[in-house]
Amino acid sequence: MLSAGYVLRRVLQMVPTLVFILVVTFVLVRLLPGDPLSAIGGDHVTDAQVAQARAAYGLDQPLFAQFLLYVRRVVTGDLGRSIVVQVPVWSLVGERLPPTMLLSGMAVAIGVGLAVPLAFASALRRGRATDLAIRAGAQVGLSMPVFYIGLVLLTVFSAHLRWFPVGGYGDGWGDRVYHLFLPALTLGVSLAAVLMRSLRAAIVDVLGAEYVDFARAKGLPTRVILLRHVLRNALISTLALLGPTVGSLLGGAVITESVFAIPGVGRLMIESIYGRDYPVIQGLTLSLAVTVSLAFLVTDLIQASLDPRVAR
Amino acid sequence: MTGVADTRPGALAVRGLRTVFASPAGPLTAVDGVDLDLAPGEILGLVGESGSGKSVTLRSLLRLVRPPGRIAGEVLWGGRDLLGLRPGELRRVRGREIATVFQEPMTALNPVLTVGRQIDESLRAHTGLDARGRRARGVDLLDLVGIPAPATRLADYPHQFSGGMRQRAMIAIALAGEPRLLLADEPTTALDVTIQDQILKLILALRARLGMGVILVTHDLGVVAQSCDRVAVMYAGRIVETGPVAALFAEPRHAYTRGLIGSVPRAGGERRPLLSIDGTPPGLGARPAGCAFHPRCGFATDACRREAPPLAAVAPGREAAGREAPGREAACWHHAAVAAAGIEAPVPEPA
Ligand SMILES: Nc1ncnc2c1ncn2[C@@H]1O[C@H](COP(=O)(O)OP(=O)(O)OP(=O)(O)O)[C@@H](O)[C@H]1O
Ligand code: SF4
Ligand SMILES: [Mg+2]
Repeated sequence: MLSAGYVLRRVLQMVPTLVFILVVTFVLVRLLPGDPLSAIGGDHVTDAQVAQARAAYGLDQPLFAQFLLYVRRVVTGDLGRSIVVQVPVWSLVGERLPPTMLLSGMAVAIGVGLAVPLAFASALRRGRATDLAIRAGAQVGLSMPVFYIGLVLLTVFSAHLRWFPVGGYGDGWGDRVYHLFLPALTLGVSLAAVLMRSLRAAIVDVLGAEYVDFARAKGLPTRVILLRHVLRNALISTLALLGPTVGSLLGGAVITESVFAIPGVGRLMIESIYGRDYPVIQGLTLSLAVTVSLAFLVTDLIQASLDPRVAR
Repeated sequence: MTGVADTRPGALAVRGLRTVFASPAGPLTAVDGVDLDLAPGEILGLVGESGSGKSVTLRSLLRLVRPPGRIAGEVLWGGRDLLGLRPGELRRVRGREIATVFQEPMTALNPVLTVGRQIDESLRAHTGLDARGRRARGVDLLDLVGIPAPATRLADYPHQFSGGMRQRAMIAIALAGEPRLLLADEPTTALDVTIQDQILKLILALRARLGMGVILVTHDLGVVAQSCDRVAVMYAGRIVETGPVAALFAEPRHAYTRGLIGSVPRAGGERRPLLSIDGTPPGLGARPAGCAFHPRCGFATDACRREAPPLAAVAPGREAAGREAPGREAACWHHAAVAAAGIEAPVPEPA
C-alpha cells in the first residue's frame, strides 16, 4: 500500500509544475496580439479611460508585480470575467467542465475496455491471423484523425442506423451517457489503439518472464495467471503512458465536441478563441493544464501502488 | 532401463523424451531421447555439465517448455502420460502431484506480489483451507524452509528477500500442495552450506513422511552422495549412465562419468581435476555423430565415431563382488574398458 509520506511527496512535486503552468498562462495573454483592453474598448475610449482601466487591471505595474497579482487572483479562485458574455470565467468553465469530464471518463473506460482484451488476444496469438488483424486495426486507428473517426461513426450509427443522436448533451445521467456514447467511442477508439500497442508489447514481455512459467508450474488456473501475474505486471509499464495520453485525449475532446455539438470545454475553447475572449482562454488553459497534471499524479499513484519496487 | 514402466502411483517412467527448439539455423535438440525411471519416494540425482539439458528435461516433464520448444515421447506418471493430458488435467497434476523448483530464484517469483500471496495462491489451488488456515500454513511453510520471523516475512515482496531466501520461498511454495514428486532444479546452489544442509535434510524428511519422490538437479556430486538413492548422468541431451549412487561413484562405466567424478573436490576441499575432461561440451547445433562425447574421450575408437551407443544394462563389475548393484546402465561401447581403468579420485565426500 502507498504510504501517506509518498503521496505527500508526490503531491509536493506538483508545485513546480503548477508554477510553470501559471507562468505560461500569464505570458500567454501578453503574447496574444493586441492589448487585452483594445478588445473591450472599441472606438469610443479616451486615453484617460484606458489609463484608468490599466490601473484597475494592474497593467501599469512592473511585470513581476503583475504576475504576483495574477497568482493571487488565481489562488483565490478569481479567473476574471468573460469579455463576451460578461460572467465570471470560473462559472463558465465550471459549467462546461462536467460534459468534458464525463466524455473523457467514458473514453478512457472504452479505450481500456477495448485495449485490454485486444492486447491479450493479440499477444497470446502472436504471429497468427488474430494478432495481425488486431495490429492492423490498431494501425488504422492510429493513422485516422479523430474527427474522421467521429464523422464515420456519426454517419453510420446516427444518420443511417439512427441508433444514437447526432449530437448534444442530454438531461439526466442515463440520457447523457447515451448522448456521449458515440463521441466517447470516437475518442476511445484512438485511445485504445495507442494503449493496445503498448499493452501488447508489455504482455509479450511479461509472458516470457520466468515467474509466469513458475505460476504455471504451480498449477494455477489460466485466468489467475493472466490477470494476476501477467496483466498486473504489464499494466505497470502501460500506465506510464496513460498520463500523457490524457493530454492528447483533451486535445481530441476539443475536436470531438465540435463534431458532436457537445457543450464542453472543448467547444468553449473554440468559441472563445473565435471571440478573442482572452480571460476565458487563459482560465481554460489553466484548468486544462491542471487537469492534465492531476491525471499524471493519479496514474503515478496507481502505478506506485501496483509496483512495490518503486520507492514509496 | 527401457524396461516395463512402473505404473504405481507416485512412480515416474520417462520414455524417449525429446525436446526440440525451432531456430532460424534449424531445429536444436536440447533433450535427445531421455529415458528415466523413478520409483515412488525415490530420490534421483540428475547431474551433467552446463547445457547438457537438465533444466529442459525437468521442464519438459510438466510441459513447461514454451514455444518454439516441442516435446515428444512419453512421461508416464502413475501410468498416465502427462504429455497427452488435456490442459485442465495437467493443471491438477502441476503443483499438487508434481511440484517444481526452478533454477533461477531471482526471477521465478513475481516481483509485484508478496511472498505470502504467492504461497497463498498455491494453497488456494491445491488445498481446501480457508483464508485463516492458509495463512497459518504459509507461516508453517516459511518456517519449515528456515526463514526467520516467517509471520512478518509473509508480507514482504521478493525484492526484500535475499537470493537464498527467495530460493527457500520457492521451495516453500513447491511444498504447499504436498506433492508426491518434487522436481528440484539446483535448489541449493544459492545457499550457504548450513542452509543447504538444512534444505537437504528437509527433503529427506518429507520423503520419509509423505513418500515424496525427488529429481534433484545439481552440479554438486557431494550433494548427490549425501541425499540421492540413484543418479543419472546427462551429456549432450542424453542420459549416458545411471545407477545406484555408491556403485556408480565407485566404478563409473562411461568415460564422461569417470571424468566427472575425477574432477570432484577432494576431502581437503580444494578442487583437483584428477581426471579432468578436456574440451567443452558440443553446442546444440553441432553434436558430433556417433557418441557425442567422442571428441573428448580417451577411450574413443572408430565404433564410437560411427554409431551412438544405446543406454543398456551393464553387467555388474568388480564393485558387485559381494553386494548387489542392480539397475546399472551405461551408454558406452567400451564400458568394460572404462570400468577396468578405475578411478584415481576418491568417492566424493558427503558435504
Ligand atoms: N527456450 C530455449 N530455446 C532455445 N534453446 C534453449 C532454450 N532453453 C534451453 N535451451 C538450450 O538447451 C540446452 C540445454 O539447456 P539446459 O538449461 O537444460 O541446460 P542445463 O543442463 O540445465 O545447464 P545448467 O547446468 O547451466 O543449468 C542449452 O544449450 C540451452 O541453450
Ligand atoms: S562410446 Fe566411445 S567415445 Fe563414447 S564414452 Fe564410450 S568410449 Fe568414449
Ligand atoms: Mg539448468
